[in-house]
Amino acid sequence: MTVDPGELTEIEQDALAEIANMGVSRAANSLRHMVGEQVLLSVPSVKIVTREAASKLVERDNARKLVAVQQSFEGPFDGRALLIFPEAQSLELVRSIVGDQHSLEDVIDLEQEALAETGNIILNGCLATIANVLNRTMRMSLPAVVRGDGAALFEVDGAESGGQFVLFLYIDFNIKKRDVHGFIALLMDLPSIAALKTIVNDFIRAVEKQPSDHVE
Amino acid sequence: MQYKVLIVDDSKLARMVMAGAFRRIRPDWILVETANADEALAAISGGAVDIALIDFNMPGIDGLELVASIRKTHPAMPVAVVSANVQNEIIGRARELNAGFIPKPLTDDALAAFLSGAVLRLKKVTP
Repeated sequence: MTVDPGELTEIEQDALAEIANMGVSRAANSLRHMVGEQVLLSVPSVKIVTREAASKLVERDNARKLVAVQQSFEGPFDGRALLIFPEAQSLELVRSIVGDQHSLEDVIDLEQEALAETGNIILNGCLATIANVLNRTMRMSLPAVVRGDGAALFEVDGAESGGQFVLFLYIDFNIKKRDVHGFIALLMDLPSIAALKTIVNDFIRAVEKQPSDHVE
Repeated sequence: MQYKVLIVDDSKLARMVMAGAFRRIRPDWILVETANADEALAAISGGAVDIALIDFNMPGIDGLELVASIRKTHPAMPVAVVSANVQNEIIGRARELNAGFIPKPLTDDALAAFLSGAVLRLKKVTP
């Protein structure tokens, strides 16, 4: 149900986690800058799972009611990036970004807008960093705010799409002082995994080459 | 010298953040806010815009396309693309259009550096 060892080798998984880590670190930095407080990150996790299993992972420690800002991306590989957190924490996150001087009414007014822009900055930074590391170009959609349980976020509707395998990368973040936590997830369609393997292996080769270039 | 700056961003929050930075760095400058490319072009053809700060990821015409149309009538106007999309390709395309690039999240330092350069360029054009 989790990793299919035939799909990605250990070194490929390592490399992918490292690439995701670079993107997500940039995202965490952006978030830290926006809220002006420390943001703690977990070690990124890379799995090949069904859409349904991914949606369960998202709900794992969380309330079932979630909010996500999502952006689709196309390029060497296609998929979706999501910034996800429990719906109950959405206003606190917005407040931490717009500042405590705003009234509750203002924060509620701005909620959708602020979530979209925050997601835009965090996810764009993450995806753009990954594209730069891989030396490829990616096109990103406009951000959209989605609400619901894990299944709704990952569009686990109908048996077919729920059973569909995806590459799932995720990392937890925690804004220490605010008691706001959530995570950043990348969901990539499996038809492009072959393309992804090529790209990751190009990256690995480039890394392997570096030390010998250096010695010469 | 007081300049008029056009801010183009579909996000109200992003415009608030930008206006906040101006209050700290250049409190006396005049800001004109627009939410899309069409409004931005109308504001520019209305005249008196000295500098433009343009979001990349907008519905309809994107920021780089907007810079390209501004360049047809205003080849020397100081313009920067402001975006979290820090892909080398996007930054490179901004450079080709003789535009600066300011990454989001916006910092006062990055904005101040661009504005100082913009002032120098404007002074060269009209000494």
